[in-house]
Amino acid sequence: MRLLIVNGYVVDPTQNVNGGRDLLIEDGRVAALLRSGEARPEGAEVFDATGLIVAPGFIDLHTHLREPGQEYKETIASGALAAVAGGFTSVCAMPNTDPVNDNPAVTSFIVEQAAAARLANVFPVGAITKGSKGEELAEMGEMRRAGIVAVTDDGHPVPSPGLMRRALEYARGFDLTVMDHCDDKTLAAGGVVHEGEWSLRLGLRGRPALAEESDAMRDCALAELTGARVHLAHVSTRGAIEAVRRAKEKGLEVSCEVTPHHFTLTDAACEGFDTNTKMNPPLRSREHLDAVLEAIADGTVDAVATDHAPHHADEKELEFDRAAFGITGLETAVGLAFERLVHPGLVTLERLVELFSVNPARIFRLEDRGTLRPGAHGDVTVLDPGRRWTFDAARSKSKSRNTPFDGWSFQGAAVATVVAGRVVYRREEALSAKS
Amino acid sequence: MTSAVLKQRNLLGIRGMSAAEITHVLDTAETFREINERDIKKVPTLRGRTVINLFFEPSTRTRTSFEIAGKRLSADVINISASTSSVTKGETLLDTARNLEAMGPDLIVIRHPSAGAPHQLARVCRASVVNAGDGSHEHPTQALLDALTIRQRKGSFRGLRVAILGDILHSRVARSNAHLLTTLGASLTVAGPGTLAPPEFAALTGGGDVSVARSVEEAVEGADVVMVLRIQRERQDSAFLPSLREYAVHYGLNLKRLSRAKPDAIVMHPGPMNRGIEIASDVADGSRSFILDQVANGLAVRMAVLYLLGGGAGVTTTATNPNAQAKTEVEPAPEPLSSAAAASRSEGLK
Repeated sequence: MRLLIVNGYVVDPTQNVNGGRDLLIEDGRVAALLRSGEARPEGAEVFDATGLIVAPGFIDLHTHLREPGQEYKETIASGALAAVAGGFTSVCAMPNTDPVNDNPAVTSFIVEQAAAARLANVFPVGAITKGSKGEELAEMGEMRRAGIVAVTDDGHPVPSPGLMRRALEYARGFDLTVMDHCDDKTLAAGGVVHEGEWSLRLGLRGRPALAEESDAMRDCALAELTGARVHLAHVSTRGAIEAVRRAKEKGLEVSCEVTPHHFTLTDAACEGFDTNTKMNPPLRSREHLDAVLEAIADGTVDAVATDHAPHHADEKELEFDRAAFGITGLETAVGLAFERLVHPGLVTLERLVELFSVNPARIFRLEDRGTLRPGAHGDVTVLDPGRRWTFDAARSKSKSRNTPFDGWSFQGAAVATVVAGRVVYRREEALSAKS
Repeated sequence: MTSAVLKQRNLLGIRGMSAAEITHVLDTAETFREINERDIKKVPTLRGRTVINLFFEPSTRTRTSFEIAGKRLSADVINISASTSSVTKGETLLDTARNLEAMGPDLIVIRHPSAGAPHQLARVCRASVVNAGDGSHEHPTQALLDALTIRQRKGSFRGLRVAILGDILHSRVARSNAHLLTTLGASLTVAGPGTLAPPEFAALTGGGDVSVARSVEEAVEGADVVMVLRIQRERQDSAFLPSLREYAVHYGLNLKRLSRAKPDAIVMHPGPMNRGIEIASDVADGSRSFILDQVANGLAVRMAVLYLLGGGAGVTTTATNPNAQAKTEVEPAPEPLSSAAAASRSEGLK
């Protein structure tokens, strides 16, 4: 089985490729990058990428697929479809399912469901502690064997520094990255929005930036102590970014991701009590958003991750303080990245590909991904930076509709998604509108 | 007349109201005070209109005040309290709202422990929504009745110095008053324990003259008006306060502290009072206390609000033509997210 993507502009920072190439994928793996003029092989399915960017497949480090246990919000199949529709060839599934992915049986189940869906690659992320209760370590080695690529207690961050230290030391033995949702519960104190001018004005309980920052500082210190690989999830505060910056200066193996909503919206968006502006970490003030943008520009931020958190309308159509935290994000991430990062000149296309593909693959050690080197997996995201489109939540591929970006218009989109040499998604209206 | 001055169909908060709108409500309330002093305290203004008092929090004073206000305007008033409603059967706020809406009320007065609940209700209801207190967010009719009380004693607001003492952090009364007083040109100083009076409160109104004092004494110094807030017992359980006893000693308003205010300063309290805790009895019952005036003014203000939002374009019009659609001009508030988003979008796209 051969797929030949012709006439595209290939952006692959791992090979310093930035120019017109034809990409040949054979039996699910990259076979060659051909320069113009080189003979094109016969008998391959041809995808014409004239005027489009061809990049190594985008990888979302932070996706909640809800299966097993909360299939009414999302299934692995529906989440994987939303992923490929948004340009992601791979997603990393958070373990806060029901039951929690803290044992190899759940890990295997996720792997099997993903294989059956045959859309995006789904890489399970295991729990750090049993039941994500923050008490005993989960069986990381057994889960590693079943297919996990990292561990995290996302949503229920490990409160005890002592236990976190053991987790880092233990995970090191299985070459697992430990991903942490930095959130000191005692400082967060049940807050539902960022603590600041807007929490005060709206009379909503605030989560101070310090709740994230203090845990981020702790994790960086523990990374130094243990030499383990630490990845900070959805960093949203100036202080957490500072902690990562310092850790990197020291040469520690610390990385971080930011979400599109944290580089796009501020807490002022909560003004109308729309529960689709409620997430954890919360939308922050302008000062923090600026720090996030700065860190994206200067390279402190390694990756953009969606924190795709589908919820049923019944869990969102509630009083603001009772509504569930989280928004969907798989289908709007690329559009927001073009609007907020690429078009304003904050990042180059190369850097965009690093943020969405090269670095995520490196952070979770996803072998032969995040690159279009010969031999790599044939995962490709095809982008059209000029494509104008409007996001209609009602037509989302996700089972859930909880997004603050319904009706937003974008310039820049993922127009085709190729997984293992198979075109799994094509934005038809976009392609036909071109001709 | 109403549509020209009151630009909204709901009263969700004071924030965003103009000085002209506030003054119009206060002026209207003054005219209703006269009705409340008549022998027969009833006018047919809202005859045929239905007012639902939807209370998700216990309240005697505010609920009764709204109920009497509606009845004196001849509206049909129905009280629903959370304990007797279907909320305990697991129905959501919005389902409750949609069900009530199906019965065609003209006005829904809502009190709810969650900030923003009236705003969410207003999005799904055709009826006008009046916020009777939402969590720690706003309590607009309380601020209006406080303003009416102040205006009766002080004449005008410009240059007036107002102090608010107590649990500022959790107080919807403090928030609504901050917006109202600064809009009308007064200056506000708040004070309370460090856990309950955050310095960021000074930025609440985004430009109004609001400051956070380090002590009650500092806040009261030279004040024209001293408002005392009720302190909730549960603040002690959640580590905001060591004890109510200590609160009384360090933050309660007593005669000694009050002596720092101007000689003609007035004392107010939104009630219900904890005597001997946030306010000493000799202050509460003293000649400078206008706490009971507040209650009387509350009724007049609520009549004015129901009248202005409920289609009371004048006694005669309503009486002769009960079907007249005299509702104020429907001017939907801009979708807060999209407007904020649009602003930040254009910023990002520069």
